[in-house]
Amino acid sequence: MAKIRGSIVINVDKCKGCEVCVVSCPTGTIALAKEVNGKGYNYAYPANPELCIGCANCAMVCPDGVITVYKTKI
Amino acid sequence: MKDVTGIKEIIKPENLVYKRSSVLTDNVFSYCPGCGHGTAHRILAEVIEEAGLQSETIGVAPVGCSVLLYEFMNVDVQQAAHGRAPAVATAIKRLLPEKFVFTYQGDGDLAAIGTAETIHACNRGENIMIIFINNGIYGMTGGQMAPTTLEGMKSSTSPYGRDIKLMGNPLKMTEIVATLPGTYFVTRQSVHTPANVKKTKKAMKKAVEYQKLNKGTCFIEIVSNCPSGWKMSPVESNKWMEENMFPFYPLGDLKVPAVE
Repeated sequence: MAKIRGSIVINVDKCKGCEVCVVSCPTGTIALAKEVNGKGYNYAYPANPELCIGCANCAMVCPDGVITVYKTKI
Repeated sequence: MKDVTGIKEIIKPENLVYKRSSVLTDNVFSYCPGCGHGTAHRILAEVIEEAGLQSETIGVAPVGCSVLLYEFMNVDVQQAAHGRAPAVATAIKRLLPEKFVFTYQGDGDLAAIGTAETIHACNRGENIMIIFINNGIYGMTGGQMAPTTLEGMKSSTSPYGRDIKLMGNPLKMTEIVATLPGTYFVTRQSVHTPANVKKTKKAMKKAVEYQKLNKGTCFIEIVSNCPSGWKMSPVESNKWMEENMFPFYPLGDLKVPAVE
């Protein structure tokens, strides 16, 4: 069976750490970082990138449009 | 980031599923973290991009949080006086009928000071798309009570909750315009979950099509959150919205065109 692998790229400088993507992710790929970005927000980052399925839910709800999603079959 | 083998190979242009719309500028949105305005802007930009209307679009920005719409979207935007966006959009559409014209307004703009303009533009059936962001509060000026504030909802000018006897009933603007003969498509959506984002995008796409066919006013209400005004975290505010806003402002189409 073909396995679907996804990957997300988050523009952490523009992320405001609202956590909406963390809640919408079905696989628990994203988490908020303990570090802060230049604006002082705890930015979102792919904490478990191997779990990503490229469903783009996070990018769809991101209010700041900082998430880019890639997907491929392996 | 953890070093997982194969992740770098996935990040290639041919595997791209989702990226920020090219209609949006590189400016960072001035909205608070988790605000529904950003998501609504993004969806609108995607719809304009997918319809190939970037050079044919004229937006009308309101007064309120989204007053800086022209900073974020790379389309022609006219800033209107408070509440007068439908009147300005009427003039633009009548003078340039081949353009795609939309207004983007909040509840303080559309449902309070701009009630007359909104109702009459909808009643005349002006061929424009009106996007109405309803978060039940005046977000920009510090969370004052708006006409759409729910009963018992706390705001900075109703600190003990909205009292119906003293302050009147919340206004359901979308229901009002749905009864007018000029409107062609009236719907209420939200943008807090991926499923709702897809539905909102579909509704906007329909509105674009109807405007091309000169059908009349398309009115899209987006029930949104205001984490700063409601004094909640973005995730909490989305949950509060589901529990309190949706029973009073039920999602769905209020007026759909009859099947021809």
